[in-house]
Amino acid sequence: MPSLSRRNLLHDRVRFAVTLTGIVFSVVLSAVQLGLFVGFRRATSDLIAHAGADVWVMSRGIGNLENAVAFPEQRLYQVQALPGVAAVQKHVIAFGNWKRPDGAEEGCLVIGVEQGGTMGGPWNLVEGTERAIDAPDAVIVDALYRGKLGVSHLGQVVEIRGRRARVAGLTRGIRTFTTAPPVFTSFKHAQGYVGLREDQTLFLLVKAVPGVEPSALAARIEASVPDVTALTREAWMARQQDYWMFGTGAGVSVLIAAALGLLVGVVVVAQTTYSSTVDHIREYGTLKAMGATNGYLYRVIVEQAVTSAVVGFAIAIVVALAAAHASQQGTTAIVIPPAMVAGLFVLTVLMCVAASVVSIDKVTRIDPAMVFKG
Amino acid sequence: MLPALSVRQVTKSYGQGPGAVHALRGVDLDVAPGEVLLMMGPSGSGKTTLLSIMGAILRASAGSVRVMGEEVVGLPERRLPSIRLRHIGFVFQGFNLFPALTAAENVAVALDIRGVTARDAQRRALAALDAVGLADRAPHHPADLSGGQKQRVAIARALVGEPGIVLADEPTAALDSQSGRLVMDLLRRLATQRQRAVVIVTHDSRTEAYADRVVHIEDGRLREAA
Repeated sequence: MPSLSRRNLLHDRVRFAVTLTGIVFSVVLSAVQLGLFVGFRRATSDLIAHAGADVWVMSRGIGNLENAVAFPEQRLYQVQALPGVAAVQKHVIAFGNWKRPDGAEEGCLVIGVEQGGTMGGPWNLVEGTERAIDAPDAVIVDALYRGKLGVSHLGQVVEIRGRRARVAGLTRGIRTFTTAPPVFTSFKHAQGYVGLREDQTLFLLVKAVPGVEPSALAARIEASVPDVTALTREAWMARQQDYWMFGTGAGVSVLIAAALGLLVGVVVVAQTTYSSTVDHIREYGTLKAMGATNGYLYRVIVEQAVTSAVVGFAIAIVVALAAAHASQQGTTAIVIPPAMVAGLFVLTVLMCVAASVVSIDKVTRIDPAMVFKG
Repeated sequence: MLPALSVRQVTKSYGQGPGAVHALRGVDLDVAPGEVLLMMGPSGSGKTTLLSIMGAILRASAGSVRVMGEEVVGLPERRLPSIRLRHIGFVFQGFNLFPALTAAENVAVALDIRGVTARDAQRRALAALDAVGLADRAPHHPADLSGGQKQRVAIARALVGEPGIVLADEPTAALDSQSGRLVMDLLRRLATQRQRAVVIVTHDSRTEAYADRVVHIEDGRLREAA
């Protein structure tokens, strides 16, 4: 027996198209917003995730990566002396002022990597080498921000906070959540670019001895070194993400937009399913008179909703993935991981089933005697 | 022989007290297997109400209604669909076919409701259409069928579940005289050959020739035709 619900959907093609448009709009909006959320979240903590440090040490009370407070670099030796520490590096991440060749100024995020260090350096290099930043005045920038920074070629000379800087390499796909492009340089140059004294650092990156639990090491550092906070990579990433996503409200607005997308979907599907049910009310009455149970009628309506959900989702996810792919060329990435696709599919089906509840209620109340009225 | 349908002292009232409307007032009626009963009467006389009660669609206010020996008055609401499913086939004035389905699928719906597998339903639906002379119209949608053909599809749908009783509400009202004759021929033949009890509500006096018995209903009371 062919599905009555699917036949009804195809019979009312205009209504089906309206339903699908609503679902596609809803799912694309939600997927893109959630993808932006994931992309933003990732961008806030990419520098921590890729640094390769097990524990980050910073001045006490720091809430986010970009607003660290300087502390004496002697702390490095105190940390180095603790058991369980394999390596320690000084590190800088702070805002700086980039002067483009045309004289315009742009904010940038200066990342200072200790010479010869193994942690905190650039990745995804497309031109130059990681160690290029060890050369005098050398900086590595990301290709996504070339236009913003006015970088036309390798070797170009610019200024950061009035000091000379020479572009020695390019990465691709290292984004920051703020509008400030990342600029990798040596620790010594970074001190100058962000106005630190020579005996100051903003972070210490710590590598634990294999087998040592990073959380235990972080606790040991906090207990032994005065005025510092030590966080494992995961804890620091979480704090950074929470700060930008929820502390600033930026993530909340993206999530609200995603929720609104789903709500639009519920309303559109509910409206079209209901009007379809009303249009077919006599058919439902006939089924009821013939002896169909309410359960049978619910199945017809829910099948109709689920079919709409599956077809609409299939179209929408192709559009959303295409948008995500295209976004990889820009500074704002839409990231749609497989788990999100699966989650959105479940949500879409639930949304459509929930939207059919009003119709189910309508069908439940049908008086089968209506079939004898004209 | 036990009647397929037995109605005893059935009343149906809407509302209570002095303002109550009495649609049926103590109706008694038996319909035997193989019998075609015509129920006639003016509009508002109560014939559709009686048909609905006999079809376990509407509940009687009092009295007894036995469908294939099963008492339905007093049964809980949730048990009534099962009575209709097992014992009763309906034919409606407006055909009530599903426009999105083909003729064969319209018939198969009645079996789908009963949980018959798709393949079996398809086979039986085609056989039912063949029985009403519409095998060649099986793949067509209702919009492509004439009024008479639609009603024959509806009759095939009513009969495909092998019910003991067929209740038809004005089955010829929307048809021209030739189609009406075809439909009545068919109902008559089905009653005789398959021993179905057929109750037809109609205004159409031309159908009397096909009936074993004619009853008139007026003001909720039944009287046998002379």
